[in-house]
Amino acid sequence: MERIPILRMGNFLLVTIQVDMHDRLALQLQDDLTQKISETGATGVLIDISTLEIVDSFIGRMLANIAAMARVLDAETVVVGMQPAVAITLVELGMSLAGVRTALNVESGMELLYELRGNFRPERGNEAIEG
Amino acid sequence: MNFVATSVRSAVMKPLKGETQPITTSSDVVLARQKVRQWAAEMKFSLVDQTKLVTAASELARNTLDHGKGGGMTIEQLEDGGRQGLRLIFEDRGPGIPDIQAALRDGFTTGNGMGLGLGGSRRLVNEFEIISKPGEGTRITVIRWK
Amino acid sequence: MSKLPELIRKHEQDLRASWLEQMSTATRRGDLMKDSEVKQQIHDFLEGMVEGLRAGAATDLDAPSWEKPKELMRTISASRALQGFSTSETASFILSLKQPLFNVIRKEMSGNPDEMFKEIWNATLLVDKFALFTTEAFMAAREQLIKRQQQELLELSTPVVKLWEGILALPIIGTLDSARTQVVMESLLQTVVQTNSKFAIIDITGVPTVDTLVAQHLLKTITAARLMGAECIISGIRPQIAQTIVHLGIDLAQVTTKAKLADAFAVCLQRSGRAVVKVGAQAKPAEVAPAANGKAE
Repeated sequence: MERIPILRMGNFLLVTIQVDMHDRLALQLQDDLTQKISETGATGVLIDISTLEIVDSFIGRMLANIAAMARVLDAETVVVGMQPAVAITLVELGMSLAGVRTALNVESGMELLYELRGNFRPERGNEAIEG
Repeated sequence: MNFVATSVRSAVMKPLKGETQPITTSSDVVLARQKVRQWAAEMKFSLVDQTKLVTAASELARNTLDHGKGGGMTIEQLEDGGRQGLRLIFEDRGPGIPDIQAALRDGFTTGNGMGLGLGGSRRLVNEFEIISKPGEGTRITVIRWK
Repeated sequence: MSKLPELIRKHEQDLRASWLEQMSTATRRGDLMKDSEVKQQIHDFLEGMVEGLRAGAATDLDAPSWEKPKELMRTISASRALQGFSTSETASFILSLKQPLFNVIRKEMSGNPDEMFKEIWNATLLVDKFALFTTEAFMAAREQLIKRQQQELLELSTPVVKLWEGILALPIIGTLDSARTQVVMESLLQTVVQTNSKFAIIDITGVPTVDTLVAQHLLKTITAARLMGAECIISGIRPQIAQTIVHLGIDLAQVTTKAKLADAFAVCLQRSGRAVVKVGAQAKPAEVAPAANGKAE
């Protein structure tokens, strides 16, 4: 079954969601991320949703869950790149994703993660972790 | 399955053409989203309106699957006076919704997971109608006008 | 079968001339439309009329054989609506055909009163239906125009201004209703993305009243911006507004608010790690970052 790839950049994990996910794929991502955070001891997770044109309550809950689970594992999560139409719709839907940090793009998201989790820089290079 | 509607649902609104989509798996929910997107884009809805309608469709399709135990979605293009609209009908023969008012209220609920879906979707569309009989099934009709 | 088409064909030249004359100068609006244009329209319409009558659909305008003259009238109405003709001026275009038509009918059929009556009735019915059709097309075109102008006005009235790198300002003047808020919200969020701005100052000095609805709209905008990774600050809160907000029980706990836009700007500068410093004799003009204390001077 296809999975969404999780990239590792130093102490952070980077996920780019580009496909229109069906529910099982979303749940799989939740599982995989939690697994990887635990395995690698990552202190930050960056989720790039800049190409997602639809975020419904299921995906919204997934993002909130990931942030919550990551926090339990002592990692911060930042969701970046939400499109204006998506943001407007989510608000209308009633979701504010209060527990989720956000940033405009990958660059500012990374900056935020560095700020939050100290001065860890990518050292040994970045490896892609196939789910 | 395509069809051309020949019956007039109400005195004023005449469905022009449409399409149906069965909703029996979670991939069907994705398909339903994509079809609604195609129709809305073709009718040149604004991007925000498209997003709202497709998101509502996603919520309602998921409800049809998860709560209604499977059913189908019908898309109908509408023309009423000078304005154009898109009507979506979600039907299932599931357990039905005993307390519609409660279901429409926002807030996460455990168990049947209806959460924000219903009440939230209502805010994303212009017209919203829900008919449900416990033991018989549910039909939710929504319309978004251009 | 009506004898009208033949009559019209036979007397076409005369009809056109007297129709043109019948449209009195006042309603023809020479200031808005050239003679040659009107003559062309008259010619085309009579052509369409003959064809339609010959096709045998008589006075049933829904028949397809009337589509061409109807399309012509749609175009004429639309262009007249845009040019500023009035409804009656546009309807008179068609109605002034009656007298010339009746004259032709009387000339040819005066010996046969029954026939003459029938044809006059046909003619008047047809012209009236076209006049009504034209009026409706005219009104539809006018409404389209008004809608478009309203949209443009909405968009123009809330410009999003870039104050500095990454800092936007949105001065709102006037009442915030649902429709306007949509436009404002979309415009602001689009600009946030385009300019990569982390901060947006929404200034409501020019908003006369804030009720629960307006507050809700504002909060929605702020939440949406937050979801995208941008922070909103509300400025320009007048004392009365502050009171209203408290009375209504609106919770602005999550939002930074400032009385003046200048103060809001200072906060944004500070939060983005910038400060404004005086340029001394030997010092280089520069943005000093990060400043421990951002004072706008």
